[in-house]
Amino acid sequence: MAKTTVQEFTKGLWAEVPPFRLVLGLCPTLAVTKSVENGIGMGVATTFVLICSNMLISMLRNSIPKRVRIACFIVVIATFVTVVELLMQAYTYPLFLKLGIFIPLIVVNCIVLGRAEAFAAKNGVVASFADGLGMGLGFTLSLTALAIVREVLGNGTFYNIPVFGPSFKPFAFMVQAPGAFVCLGLMLCIMNVLGKK
Amino acid sequence: MSDYILLIVSCIFVNNILLMQYLGNCPFLGVSKKMETATGMAMAVIFVTVMAGSMTWIVDAFLLKPFGLEYLRTLSFILVIASLVQFVEMFLRKSIPTLYAGLGIFLPLITTNCAVMGVCLINIMEEYSFVQALIASFAYAVGFGLALILFAGVRERIFLARVPKPLQDTSIGLVTAGLLSLAFYAFKGMV
Repeated sequence: MAKTTVQEFTKGLWAEVPPFRLVLGLCPTLAVTKSVENGIGMGVATTFVLICSNMLISMLRNSIPKRVRIACFIVVIATFVTVVELLMQAYTYPLFLKLGIFIPLIVVNCIVLGRAEAFAAKNGVVASFADGLGMGLGFTLSLTALAIVREVLGNGTFYNIPVFGPSFKPFAFMVQAPGAFVCLGLMLCIMNVLGKK
Repeated sequence: MSDYILLIVSCIFVNNILLMQYLGNCPFLGVSKKMETATGMAMAVIFVTVMAGSMTWIVDAFLLKPFGLEYLRTLSFILVIASLVQFVEMFLRKSIPTLYAGLGIFLPLITTNCAVMGVCLINIMEEYSFVQALIASFAYAVGFGLALILFAGVRERIFLARVPKPLQDTSIGLVTAGLLSLAFYAFKGMV
């Protein structure tokens, strides 16, 4: 049992890491990775929602009628997203303003609903917690990795600290929309090459 | 009048929901492999977005704001969208079976399409009037459809090309989307 819980946790980190392997939840992945700070903030918020909704849905899995399960899942997820929204508004207001519309949009992040449907609805509370934590961490790490590439190249900074010195001319393409798509595409390609070995 | 035309142009091209605002990317990559499915999805999104955009505006203006319940926006919007999608699905199945056959399988997917929810939230954040919200929802959805159909056309051609193995499928799709986005980027100077 202990081993399987660990496995549920670690699969989210590499084998099924959400934005790359499952190609889910791309919208926040592309939108908020302009800077490392935003990437981490978004990742943590999503992880919180993922863990809470996974655990609650797992607890309720036997009492939710099968035919209306999606609606029930969405209500559970939306509730936790509202909690996150209010918490961020209270404690990290600048970040809340930067992420803007993408915080309420965690509701429609396919990863959260996908894990609820594919995992939490069929497994116990502990396993669902591990799954949520693993997936959330995997998501956060992917966002951070993408954000590091985009912020360092596009802005010449890392976590708002300049890394190249004043003579560096930022590669502005990377922080704009087209750069986001191309960058994610190339990272996916690198993941594919590494995964083959 | 010219304000409305400006709004339409800016929603379809300049602030294209898919390529500039990064919303609705999951169906963008998921259903863009064939032209037919892309067209079906585009139609379904236009239909639902216009209805959802106006419904959520009404909910926000007459239910949430008067009672100071703005913090329930996320929860109520997603419920409105989910029930709307369900309702549209049932209505189409009963009364317009031909349309249902075309859109049917895409409708349930729309609930979790962030473009629909995103448009509803943008309408509220920009403080549009009802007419503006209606026009903006329609224009955003048309922009979504346009980008999706363009992308599907490109992707059908890529399918015939020889792509290096690690780049295949989603990876090349994203790079293509990047180039398409670059093309839309040129509209930025327009408005």
